[in-house]
Amino acid sequence: MDPAAAKMIGAGLASIALAGAGVGIGNIFAAYISGSFRNPEQAPRVFANVILGFALAEATGLFGLAVALLLLFVL
Amino acid sequence: MHNPMEQFEIKRLVPLHLGGLDVSYTNSALWMTIAIAIMAYVFIYGMRKQALVPGRLQGMAETGYEFIAKMVGDNVGGEGKKYFPFILTLFLFVLGCNTVGLIPYSFTPTSHIIVTFAMAIFVFVGVTIIAFAKHGLHFLQFFAPKGVPLVLMFILVPIELISYLIRPLTLSIRLFANMLAGHIMLKVFAGFVIMLGIFFGWAPLLFTSVFYALEVLVACLQAYVFAILACLYLNDALHMH
Repeated sequence: MDPAAAKMIGAGLASIALAGAGVGIGNIFAAYISGSFRNPEQAPRVFANVILGFALAEATGLFGLAVALLLLFVL
Repeated sequence: MHNPMEQFEIKRLVPLHLGGLDVSYTNSALWMTIAIAIMAYVFIYGMRKQALVPGRLQGMAETGYEFIAKMVGDNVGGEGKKYFPFILTLFLFVLGCNTVGLIPYSFTPTSHIIVTFAMAIFVFVGVTIIAFAKHGLHFLQFFAPKGVPLVLMFILVPIELISYLIRPLTLSIRLFANMLAGHIMLKVFAGFVIMLGIFFGWAPLLFTSVFYALEVLVACLQAYVFAILACLYLNDALHMH
């Protein structure tokens, strides 16, 4: 297979990892919203953890994107 | 359409050579200087008056200080107080570099892996040295938690070791990929505005404006996450688990 074509296909496949990021972030905020409906007073207290969890979940998706960008622009 | 990757090119503004090493003042260095200058201005001029009821600039400086002080206190505990200047500098530098990249026609210093990797490896090596200085070889028990049967140890210890050693990599790639992806998206959608012309160009323009707001949020968030993860790694080193 032509290497340039293989790189494109590889980059496309690596981008599928972002689906995991979407699911993870949705999970975190679903838990936060559901919890803050039950216990609204504690919601601001846990918000810092929500933000941290969001960033960590987003990061794993972006590792896949980093591989895709690596394939397209570096290798 | 302009190449969205052009914005990440390093340009030498003042070529300097020091005995074979290229130490030119690049556009990356220029924008880092601008970021630090803004942060220094806010803190130095903001705290000049030292009014009991803070004005606007002093309020900004005090809010930033207290926010990080509370974060360090919560996550590292009393012992972490002496590492507070480091965490504050790290946070303000990353925040400055991330936000300065949002100015049109500027450059985001943290969108290069070498910048984020340098900071992350500093944090990692520093934290590991602190851990060994405080606990000695007993720190190696961090990788073998108590109450785990011996059979599981053979799988658990390598996993714990790998996830510890990968920390500088994930710390740097998280920040770098967020900045890179965000800025590429901005430039790609901005390119669409020109491509769609005057009749349909309003749609990508609207999206770009909204996405710009998200990028501001991501810039501040990634700075906060970098700082809080540095605090958590420090906590791991000072109080093992």
